[in-house]
Amino acid sequence: MTATMTDTKPAAPSGSGRSTTFSRLLLAEWTKLRSVRSTVWSLLLLVVLTLGFTALFTWLTVSQWDQSSKSQQQQFINDPVGLILGAGFQLSQLAICVLGVMVMASEYSTGMIRSSLLAVPKRTPMLLAKSVVFVALVFVVGVLTAFGSFFIGAPIVHSKAAVALGDPGVLRAVIGAGLYLAMLGLFALAVGAIIRHVAGAITGIIGFVLVLAPLAQLLPGNVGDHIHAYLPTEAGHLIAQSRPGPHDLLTPWQGFGVFSVWTAILLALAIWLLNRRDA
Amino acid sequence: MIEVRDLSKSYGDKRAVDHLSFTIEPGKVTGFLGPNGAGKSTTMRMILGLDRPDGGTATIAGRPYRDLSEPLRMVGALLEARAVHSGRTAYNHLLVLAQTQGLARKRVDEVIDLIGLREAANKRAGGFSLGMGQRLGLAAAMLGDPQVLILDEPVNGLDPEGIHWIRNLMKELATQGRTIFVSSHLMNEMAVTADHLIVIGRGQLIADCPTHEFIARSSEKSVRVAGPDLTRLEQIISAEGGKVTAGTDGALTVSDLEAPRIGELAAREGLVLHELTPQLASLEEAFMELTRGSVEYGTQAQGAADPNTKPAPAQARPR
Repeated sequence: MTATMTDTKPAAPSGSGRSTTFSRLLLAEWTKLRSVRSTVWSLLLLVVLTLGFTALFTWLTVSQWDQSSKSQQQQFINDPVGLILGAGFQLSQLAICVLGVMVMASEYSTGMIRSSLLAVPKRTPMLLAKSVVFVALVFVVGVLTAFGSFFIGAPIVHSKAAVALGDPGVLRAVIGAGLYLAMLGLFALAVGAIIRHVAGAITGIIGFVLVLAPLAQLLPGNVGDHIHAYLPTEAGHLIAQSRPGPHDLLTPWQGFGVFSVWTAILLALAIWLLNRRDA
Repeated sequence: MIEVRDLSKSYGDKRAVDHLSFTIEPGKVTGFLGPNGAGKSTTMRMILGLDRPDGGTATIAGRPYRDLSEPLRMVGALLEARAVHSGRTAYNHLLVLAQTQGLARKRVDEVIDLIGLREAANKRAGGFSLGMGQRLGLAAAMLGDPQVLILDEPVNGLDPEGIHWIRNLMKELATQGRTIFVSSHLMNEMAVTADHLIVIGRGQLIADCPTHEFIARSSEKSVRVAGPDLTRLEQIISAEGGKVTAGTDGALTVSDLEAPRIGELAAREGLVLHELTPQLASLEEAFMELTRGSVEYGTQAQGAADPNTKPAPAQARPR
């Protein structure tokens, strides 16, 4: 430890203005994301597992084709891309939920939030910059994974259900898979910001996305169908299907719109609470 | 300059900070002194915009912290609670903060060398000792070369060399005209560091004055007297108006009567004296006396360990 500190130089003159300030926040949030090893590893694992699971699922479908029921076969032929992408979704959804929660809630569990807010006392831009960076990263990784899944899955199922990128709705579904994951990431980030405890937020969101929301299909009657159709993730994943299923009430873009509205409401709540609470 | 006006904050029924007002001037080290739970950290967190006051204002150079556009270039803060992501290296932690202020990477390296963090720069902060963690916090505080430093219990966890270093650092920074506001629950630590003291208890202001004045005002003078005939000594001292308490080691402690007068009395009576020593009450005792009524977590039995005493090393109490 040096005994003196006479060598503090005056800091370089600063540029100001709104846009430069926000781009600095984006850069800082990007550094935050990439400098924590668990983020990098989770995303890599997500890609590898999703691609592997897609290959396994499509291969099993084809090899079990004659044993599966007529209606299952019909469902597959109706929307091959939806089922190819859907196979890996179960895994990637889980990973994105955990990551999204972690991105914000770990600031609280580690105490980093205090440093973050000392550096950026205007809290809304801080949360927005974090959201933009995370959503962009998840979208890129999500789209790349979706294309990877498609090009692995499509040749495997070719003999039973031929599908090409140029078929109606297919390209939209593949890119839509990336959109869905990006929106889910933002949804999870907002939940992490609201709940602020890693374990609680992860349990809550996974319980909702993977257990409660799909269970809503069992609600009886017309009311039940509508409740299920407008649940955030159930509506959102329609964007990753090329053709609507027999029970779907919303079009792909309507579904994604519903999911976006849910996410916007949660994010607004997160921003309101962030500005109100003591850090 | 830091200005606190009528600042208040409650947690449930408990008043943490109670209509507190003071001003911190640049060019000196101002100590913020009070027992544990007196509201020091809460006050600092409100100044830094982390906690929202129930009432009153806190400004730095005339503006609330939340309105500063590049706050780290103006204010450096070391908080008592941990404020680093445990999975990130020290270098990357500082880099993130530098990027928010538009500071160059070069400045991160400068600060790392300045604070003596070079060897640990690429280690993850989760594995840091208390002392290394404090240094990383100080590096973050110094990053923007700020004019105002707000340090909450900075010597906690530092080794004697580190304590010495940070004391000199604070004094030097104050000499350069900066505003240094540093909290401690240890009176002796403040006595050697601070030029000015703000003392609080139960969230209320107890004293706001230069350190030497605080010491003179709160130190009770007494005289230690010893000799073969203590009974006679006690009689003549009491007759002159001195207050006598018998010590356990065969000596008397006399207050309200000065040493020369006691010597004269003894000489007139022809009594032998073995010892005649003017004494100042220890600073720590004076501080405890002053804040007795306001200690948040007082102990019933005197001398019992305060359960809320922070893990400050013994070296933090140089005498």
